[in-house]
Amino acid sequence: MSLDAKIPQGPLAEKWSKHKFNLKLVNPSNKRKYDVIVVGTGLAGASAAASLAELGYNVKSFCFQDSPRRAHSIAAQGGINAAKNYQNDGDSVYRLFYDTIKGGDYRAREGNVYRLAEVSVNIIDQCVAQGVPFAREYGGLLDNRSFGGSQVSRTFYARGQTGQQLLLGAYSALNRQIHLGKVKMYTRTEMLDVVVVDGHAKGIVTRNLKTGAIETHEGHAVLLATGGYGNVFYLSTNAIGSNVTAAWRAHKRGAYFANPCYTQIHPTCIPVTGDHQSKLTLMSESLRNDGRVWAPKTVETAQKLRNKEITASQVKEEDRDYFLERKYPSFGNLVPRDVASRNTKEISDEGKGVGTTGLAVYLDFAEAIERLGEDTVRAKYGNLFDMYLQITDENPYKQPMRIYPAVHYTMGGLWVDYNLSTTIPGLYAMGECNFSDHGANRLGASALMQGLSDGYFVIPYTLGDYLATIGPKKVDTSHPAFEQTKKDVIAYNNKLLALKGNKTVVEYHRELGHIIWEYCGMARTEEGLTKAKALIKALKADFWVNAIVTGEDEEVNAALERAGRVADFIELGELMITDALERRESCGGHFRLESQTEEGEALRDDDNFAFVSAWEFTGENQEEVLHKEELIFENVKLTQRSYK
Amino acid sequence: MSGHMNLTLKVWRQKNTQTPGKFVTYKAENISPDMSFLEMLDVVNESLTRKNEEPIYFDHDCREGICGSCSLYINGRPHGPKRAITTCQLHMRTFSDGETITIEPWRSAAFPIVKDLATDRSAFDRIQQAGGYVSVNTGGVPDANTIPIPKVIADEAFNSATCIGCGACVAACKNASAMLFTSAKITQLGLLPQGQPERYSRVQAMVAQMDEEGFGNCTNTGACEAECPKEITLNNIAFMNNDFFSAKLFREEHAHDHTGGE
Repeated sequence: MSLDAKIPQGPLAEKWSKHKFNLKLVNPSNKRKYDVIVVGTGLAGASAAASLAELGYNVKSFCFQDSPRRAHSIAAQGGINAAKNYQNDGDSVYRLFYDTIKGGDYRAREGNVYRLAEVSVNIIDQCVAQGVPFAREYGGLLDNRSFGGSQVSRTFYARGQTGQQLLLGAYSALNRQIHLGKVKMYTRTEMLDVVVVDGHAKGIVTRNLKTGAIETHEGHAVLLATGGYGNVFYLSTNAIGSNVTAAWRAHKRGAYFANPCYTQIHPTCIPVTGDHQSKLTLMSESLRNDGRVWAPKTVETAQKLRNKEITASQVKEEDRDYFLERKYPSFGNLVPRDVASRNTKEISDEGKGVGTTGLAVYLDFAEAIERLGEDTVRAKYGNLFDMYLQITDENPYKQPMRIYPAVHYTMGGLWVDYNLSTTIPGLYAMGECNFSDHGANRLGASALMQGLSDGYFVIPYTLGDYLATIGPKKVDTSHPAFEQTKKDVIAYNNKLLALKGNKTVVEYHRELGHIIWEYCGMARTEEGLTKAKALIKALKADFWVNAIVTGEDEEVNAALERAGRVADFIELGELMITDALERRESCGGHFRLESQTEEGEALRDDDNFAFVSAWEFTGENQEEVLHKEELIFENVKLTQRSYK
Repeated sequence: MSGHMNLTLKVWRQKNTQTPGKFVTYKAENISPDMSFLEMLDVVNESLTRKNEEPIYFDHDCREGICGSCSLYINGRPHGPKRAITTCQLHMRTFSDGETITIEPWRSAAFPIVKDLATDRSAFDRIQQAGGYVSVNTGGVPDANTIPIPKVIADEAFNSATCIGCGACVAACKNASAMLFTSAKITQLGLLPQGQPERYSRVQAMVAQMDEEGFGNCTNTGACEAECPKEITLNNIAFMNNDFFSAKLFREEHAHDHTGGE
């Protein structure tokens, strides 16, 4: 199949407007004849479900959590970008577009990214109208702060819990439609497969997590908004339940998976303390507005700090290396995440890391507290400082935070065209579960923007075109595909439940995470990746013999849920490695040691790799087939990224 | 390992909503003080799994205090002994070696037990569905800076909006009242200009739903405020009561069904 991204022709700034005009419409009285399935209730899913219901479609919304309000978007801390230029500091739609393309290391589509920047301004208006309490100035207008990879202040925020406030806004819009009967909400319900009829997505198969019942649901279209796959690393900043299952099962039914090796390692997280740890906690990028990153200049000083012979405050100013400020004077501590993470790893690898494990550097607020006062710092970052204190038992007002990179976001995901359609007609992917807008590295405060852009302002237009094309005829649930897909899911679950070996599913997950982190983390090599591929194949074979899955199907069964998710992560892990092997260049978060500049920055190979990798599933235990979508740059010039 | 603890856990086990439950005693051994409370339960569950016994079921997800999933009643207090945190933010350094810890689910008729320590809190969603929103459709809204909002008002609205819907307020209350939860949303929207058009219909719709779900009423004990992980204050309940009485006494004409139209 050839990959057509369906980017509209014409000048960049006119593409989306022209496209909207060219899309077919469904007339208001026909909209109620269509059923639309939306899986996931995070920013993309809740905003799409609410907006489509407002238009008149009948929406069925699904989440595995006990309430739609608990989707993992709730945990996003720092903020949301928008090209409002309220600060009069030179921002514009074009600048947000440019920063995002450059931040993504020139591996995203121009058309998509421009549209994202264009609708960013509408998102803020929408959220404010819903009553989202963004931070404000004393004059009553909205406040902004800065995020990495940009030299303007365009990030809107609600203290350190912007994701929570935006999600509760979308959740309130969803609630209104549930109350009006336009959305039927299914909580504690997990999607386990997609029903494909004559090449088109016509429904899903779900497991009711309270009763264990396997059920089918039909719709004229299926929208996935099921989040990212960061938990393939076992330890990440994602919620424990975040998983790739819905996207992966769709992939196995024919949806291509794009750029799986593009994962984001966030520079500022609380370091790992021990094997018991179940997840990692982010310290928002916004902290780099005022916090200064440093490590001791010498290995000797670092050793003393690790052995607790001295404390951080006893290290003299001249013995500190503010390495981001030193290497990148124009962006300083606010370089993009991939750059900050890689430098932190390098410093630690050189033996200059701190903390008991040596895998940490400092994020220091002493200067900010001196300059602004403790109260101002508390007002800006209080909840983050409290979180840090709870976890580490150390007071960041008195001593610098210890931070280290951790997996945070996945830029790869289901391949979609400009309309957010996957390669299965009728199956759409929105938010983090698609691959579309962030290239090889996402800039801070852009995930919330993309989720809400897809849900509020893109899918309501593009979906209509598809629905108008297929017509409002009722979905025929007597088609054998419905019964067969349900049977497949039951058979698969029974296979999992039959596993009564000697190793827990969590142990497999942890082992998978170790492999991926070690060989497909912040630095990747041909040799390491080749080794990792063999390790994962062996892990998969072992899982299907020796894993333990307790309990039964017809009841609440967390072990079964976890087993299915881990089995999918293992398969995805293998594809990530394949993708990372194939891409013999460095770009953004994908750093191949074989491909770096003299200064150790990511060295792209635009002649050979300016494309999107879209992988096609061809059968169990078969190598996937690579399809390439060439990236065409008509507006920006591809250059070596520089933040110096 | 030095500093590690051995604990005795008395855990509520219940197969499902219909089946009666009981306390079962477990040992939690070699627990690091750096573990979170839920990581301690992970350790216990791993050992149960290896014995092919059913692990203890509890709701949890983000494990950083924001999603509102975790909901354990620990030694007689929602989210355990420390103030202003959720169960997932509680660390084992709070406990001592040899201690016995009692772990129960939220207890309220409006929150039926799903299994073991997990309850069905969908009543909270239904209260929000009754009116916890501003009736605006996507698109066609004014520029965000059109309406200035005083910083103090925005900050107060934000404080109310930080509710995570965990249900600790209900679990803490001797009347199993949901008034802190309900009033937080009413206050957030009632303070903001965007929430004014539906202010009085909203309060009536949400309070009616709250009553219908079987939650009790507030008798000003303040246990909810003391146990709220997000430190939502009783002022929210005062705000809600004020709006509710005001609506009932003077604004009956606004008490139509709060649907926002189609």
